[in-house]
Amino acid sequence: MSNSFIIGQYVPGSSIVHRLDPRTKITIIFFFVIIIFFANNLLSYGVLAFFALLSMFTTKIKISYILKGLKPVWFIVIFTFILHLLVTKDGEVLFSIFSFEVYSGALYKGLEISLRFTLLILMTSLLTLTTTPISITDGVESMLNPLRKIHFPVHELALMMSISLRFIPTLMQETEKISKAQASRGVDFRTGKMKERIKAVVPLLVPLFVSAFKRAEELAMAMEARGYNGGEGRTKFRELKLQRVDAFIFIFSALILVVFFFTRV
Amino acid sequence: MSSFIEFKHIHFKYQQGEDWALKDVSFHIEDNEWVAIIGHNGSGKSTIAKLMNGLLFPQEGEIRVQDLVVNEETIWDVRKKVGMVFQNPDNQFVGTTVVDDVAFGLENHGIPREEMITRIDNSLRAVNMEDYYNHEPHRLSGGQKQRVAIASVLAVAPELVIFDEATAMLDPKGRATIMETVQQVRETKNVSIVTITHDLNEVTFADRVIVMNEGKVWFEGTPREVFKQHEELQKIGLDTPFVTQVSRVLESKGINLVKEPINHKELMDELWTLYSIK
Amino acid sequence: MDIIFNKVSHIYQPNTPFEFKALENVSFHIQSGSYVAIIGHTGSGKSTLIQHLNGLVKPTSGEVKIGDYVITPEKKLKDVMTLREKVGIVFQYPEHQLFEETVEKDISFGPQNFNIAQEVVQKRIPELLKAVQLPENILQRSPFDLSGGQMRRVAIAGVLVMDPKILVLDEPTAGLDPRGQKEIMDMFYRVHQEEERTTILVTHSMEDALKYADHVIIMDHGKVYMEGPPLEIFKDQEALNNVGLDIPEVIQFLNKLESKFHISIPFRGQSVEQLGKEVAEAFKRGDKSE
Repeated sequence: MSNSFIIGQYVPGSSIVHRLDPRTKITIIFFFVIIIFFANNLLSYGVLAFFALLSMFTTKIKISYILKGLKPVWFIVIFTFILHLLVTKDGEVLFSIFSFEVYSGALYKGLEISLRFTLLILMTSLLTLTTTPISITDGVESMLNPLRKIHFPVHELALMMSISLRFIPTLMQETEKISKAQASRGVDFRTGKMKERIKAVVPLLVPLFVSAFKRAEELAMAMEARGYNGGEGRTKFRELKLQRVDAFIFIFSALILVVFFFTRV
Repeated sequence: MSSFIEFKHIHFKYQQGEDWALKDVSFHIEDNEWVAIIGHNGSGKSTIAKLMNGLLFPQEGEIRVQDLVVNEETIWDVRKKVGMVFQNPDNQFVGTTVVDDVAFGLENHGIPREEMITRIDNSLRAVNMEDYYNHEPHRLSGGQKQRVAIASVLAVAPELVIFDEATAMLDPKGRATIMETVQQVRETKNVSIVTITHDLNEVTFADRVIVMNEGKVWFEGTPREVFKQHEELQKIGLDTPFVTQVSRVLESKGINLVKEPINHKELMDELWTLYSIK
Repeated sequence: MDIIFNKVSHIYQPNTPFEFKALENVSFHIQSGSYVAIIGHTGSGKSTLIQHLNGLVKPTSGEVKIGDYVITPEKKLKDVMTLREKVGIVFQYPEHQLFEETVEKDISFGPQNFNIAQEVVQKRIPELLKAVQLPENILQRSPFDLSGGQMRRVAIAGVLVMDPKILVLDEPTAGLDPRGQKEIMDMFYRVHQEEERTTILVTHSMEDALKYADHVIIMDHGKVYMEGPPLEIFKDQEALNNVGLDIPEVIQFLNKLESKFHISIPFRGQSVEQLGKEVAEAFKRGDKSE
């Protein structure tokens, strides 16, 4: 299994961040994402970075592991940074490489965008690192619940999400298995011209679809056998309850928010 | 009228124009009885399972579960009484974790949350999976997943549990734990059990065996009576246990075993009475 | 082609919270032309082991040699196709790899990838069908219209068509009924004997290991736990029981005879028929030492 599969994958733990109600985490991250666009000076970015780093340390997950997970994102960050250096022409000329002139505004803008991006990715990956996908689903279902009144299919949506989550690892294992079987029959997924590589995907996709359909059929039958008959009359096992620690974190975050608006210019 | 489930002259085919998958099949299963249904692939044994809880309906004949005739209107009540464990451990695991999966059936039947918690506890304990509450399915072995499937069925408190080749995809260790679990369930709960299998060693635990061949009930009797049909069984593509095979040879060499032994111990005991008295 | 494992270890997702040691310091030597059974519980490292045989994975440390092809952790796999052409793997539930419109196309898929001439393939197909016991008129049918057992046979034909020097079988009979199981296993044994082919069978069935293999490797927790000829291995019931494995039923039976009646009949691969005869004779002679 390649390492890229583990980015943002849930890491079990018992830190405060792990124990928070998913709704708390989703709400905080939602606001964080909005607020990040209001930051306009070094100090305000400092406050946000402080909050993000504090959250990161509180999870008690190895920092090296979190950073490693962000690896593919570094490329995008650096790319946008360089793009800004080349394109933006604000402020005074700082220095020039070959015939390219780098402006101070470009440097500032580039740094700002990169920082924003990094913070965004860091915070959202903290959510997935410390929350099981099913808790996220529960959180989303519970937050969408008011929409039931306008006949929005909240239960069906949540069930679909949870079944997809349930089968992602299974389908990934299956993909790996079939690709290995076809590789043993001489399919080369890695080298060759683009056209050949696209062709090589067919022996992988057809069996995957066939098996996914078969699974879906059997799963539907198993669900039916266990009395599934739509959302009507169903009770629910999973229950979300806000704890004291959620209240504490909310207040703390609000405090940071206030500090943040004071630091803005 | 005391039968728990009764098949009366059932005819079934999957599609029009095809051959009958089941031809005039009649049998009954009593309360608290363990019935094994055997037959090679395509003999119609899995079709029977699906008919039992209304996943399929026969074209002719009538199926009765207690006082309910199985049809579109009664299936939800029938499914409360008849639970089913399928072959593929992955394709019947609905929940993202063990506890969610057991809860799924209870949620469907509208069981209140407080009661759910005790039922989940009890049923996971009944299959020795109480230490795996929050495990995700891809971190469980096939045998463990099947035990969760059994717990999910037991939680709904059915009166009959069908095991439709539930051990076919497991390794020997998984198979053994499932068979132990089934025996344990049988001893501690008031349920009838139907095991559908082609593993003849599993058959020895049953009270009664129904042998299916080409869509018909080919033989019905105790495991001992079935294994006496040694040669005939081989003709319809079923393998008899090692003990049966050895006993046959011994008998042909003039060693007269009194009763048909169905396991090593019985064979040893038979030989013991024959050869230690002299 | 000899197969040599020299202190092979394989670790999945190293340096992450999900790190898992699948193989640890595994060494063995498989002679060309032998039939080897690899036995162990799910998770004992068997699947990882066989994936080293055609370079699907590389060892994390140690060295694998297949004939003169060497796989080490450092070096990139060179011309891995030449290796894969010689090592055919029948995976568990191989019918899951079928994808072509017709049986014929699916069987020819492997050879096409390895640039084996179409005429050669056409020549092989009839005998191949005979070997896997499928009728010729099946060639133009869609593999998805076949029964489970037939699909399995088509998939197996799709591997055999490459005429591999080393044939790796990962529980090839899982999920089949007893008759199907026996037919497939007997078929592989014929294929094994035909040429100087090396066969590696991953199995849970002690009976199959005893019946077909001339060498057995028992795996436990990523390590080689025992290794030797089947009759030697199955003498040590206790060692096998310690890792949750059983010995074949025949040998269990003979052991019980020995302990209960002091009748000692050594197992030499007799058929049930022969064995029953020997047991009956022993009883009639009154072979018991009180």
